[in-house]
Amino acid sequence: MAKVAVVGAGMTRFVRRAQETGRELSWQAAKMALDAAGLRLKDVDAVVIGSAPDAFDGVHMKGEYLADGSGGWCKPTLRCYVGGGTGVFAPIQAWYHIASGRFDTVLVVCEEKMSSCHPHPQGAFLTIFDHTTERALGPNLLWIFALEMNRYMTVHGITKREIAEVAVKNKRNALDHPCAQLGANLTVDDVLASEELAWPVNRLDVSPASDGAAAVVMCSEHVAKRTSPQPVWLEGVGWHLDTAYWTNRDLYYPQYLEYAARMAYDMAGIKEPRKEIHIVEPYDPFDYKELHHLEGLLLCKRGEAARLTVDGVTQRDGDLPVCPSGGLLGVGNPIAAAGLMKVCELFWQLRGEAGKRQVPGMPRRGLAQAWGDLMQVGTVVIMGI
Amino acid sequence: MTVNIKQWPGTALATRDLEQGHVLTVKYKPRAEYAWDAGVAIARYLEELKAGRLIARSCKQCDRILIPPRMFCEECFRPTDSWVYVEDTGTVNTFSICHVRWDVVRLDQPQLPAVIHVDGASPGMGILHLLGEVAPEEVYIGMKVKAVWEEASRRQGSITDIRHWKPWKEE
Repeated sequence: MAKVAVVGAGMTRFVRRAQETGRELSWQAAKMALDAAGLRLKDVDAVVIGSAPDAFDGVHMKGEYLADGSGGWCKPTLRCYVGGGTGVFAPIQAWYHIASGRFDTVLVVCEEKMSSCHPHPQGAFLTIFDHTTERALGPNLLWIFALEMNRYMTVHGITKREIAEVAVKNKRNALDHPCAQLGANLTVDDVLASEELAWPVNRLDVSPASDGAAAVVMCSEHVAKRTSPQPVWLEGVGWHLDTAYWTNRDLYYPQYLEYAARMAYDMAGIKEPRKEIHIVEPYDPFDYKELHHLEGLLLCKRGEAARLTVDGVTQRDGDLPVCPSGGLLGVGNPIAAAGLMKVCELFWQLRGEAGKRQVPGMPRRGLAQAWGDLMQVGTVVIMGI
Repeated sequence: MTVNIKQWPGTALATRDLEQGHVLTVKYKPRAEYAWDAGVAIARYLEELKAGRLIARSCKQCDRILIPPRMFCEECFRPTDSWVYVEDTGTVNTFSICHVRWDVVRLDQPQLPAVIHVDGASPGMGILHLLGEVAPEEVYIGMKVKAVWEEASRRQGSITDIRHWKPWKEE
């Protein structure tokens, strides 16, 4: 299979409300990624835009709306969308553009501006529920997370205290991220004492609503070797969708993510993921999701992820660093941009450019993952040098 | 290159910047109204709810009894075969105690959403509904529950024709 590399990355600060429009944010991230790659827009053969619900921005056909800031005008351009999974799905789209042999250089831009939606961006999520059999009950987005978290905790006998360790870790890691919205030094007791929204979910278990953009430049092997001092290769990609009858499957385990991970491991030739992956950036919109995803990614046994966290294994200097960026809980969660931020983080980490966030020991291979739709899509990329 | 970049783009605004008119905004309130067709399977589901019964569809090939009912089996990718009445009792698979509305306004009384596995359907076949007539701290996963139906004259052919599910002991 043709080799594909990431050669540049960029992102804006993640903030609750940005003065810039989505198009301006997209331009800022895209320009930074191109500059980092030492390339210009005329070197770009195609553009992939990732953005989640149109309803956040209140702009229909958001791909077209964001296209100028993403460098997409007068080029083959597409916008992809798999809910929260979009940010890691967008580089997968660029991967098959390039792996097909038809394109050499693809610019990937992910943007979200949630602050436009009033009174609360959660309103944009109400329409994910079935209009006839569920919406009449008055559901809100917190329900499905709370239902899943309770199921996961109860099946494995995991406590809220153990899960809160994830929020503490990621918000602390985010203190070292120059773009972070919610970096903080908190204790487990702070998380447990925060407002209870929908038991078992408290306010500090949840990532914020955010505005922001992120971008990467991806190239074919021959262009990467010519233009980049240190390409980071996309060694594996995987994605998988499960049933939208979400009440018909057991929420305690993300089976679809296991399938996506197996697809990516197979492509990367990885037999023992726990030994061969050195950094993980799993999707962490809620703290328990990081644990849920580590298990779905086969990086630990089912029900074991909380133990690893409490034991410090997933700290930045631990044996399996998880969300060294600070994750969605700390850096922020502009949906599609948050997923691509994880890909940017791997790019910087694997090149040894992550500054205060740098994982020690010269990591050579990392995994980024996002998750979304009606809690049933998993998207995975494996990157290495 | 994070170590090489000192200035990161993106300008944060505070709520007061909007309130005090430091930045200009344009407001728009969409008026979007929809009338959804219930479809073939769910129309029958709603009719039966109005009659005070829960109905499912069966697939002979995978031997599953499916609720909510559907006219095609998404696993076997073939038409489902027949209508099957199921019980109005079940088991709580998971639940939450929700204190806020979608816009994060606090509720006076918490809601108790739950996934309820319906007796008579295949294992794992659950529906989303609400629990009631129970103190939040007494709800547990595995609790047996029974549907509390709206009075017949007030049923509308809606999932809310079941008011909620209450704790129930098998006799």
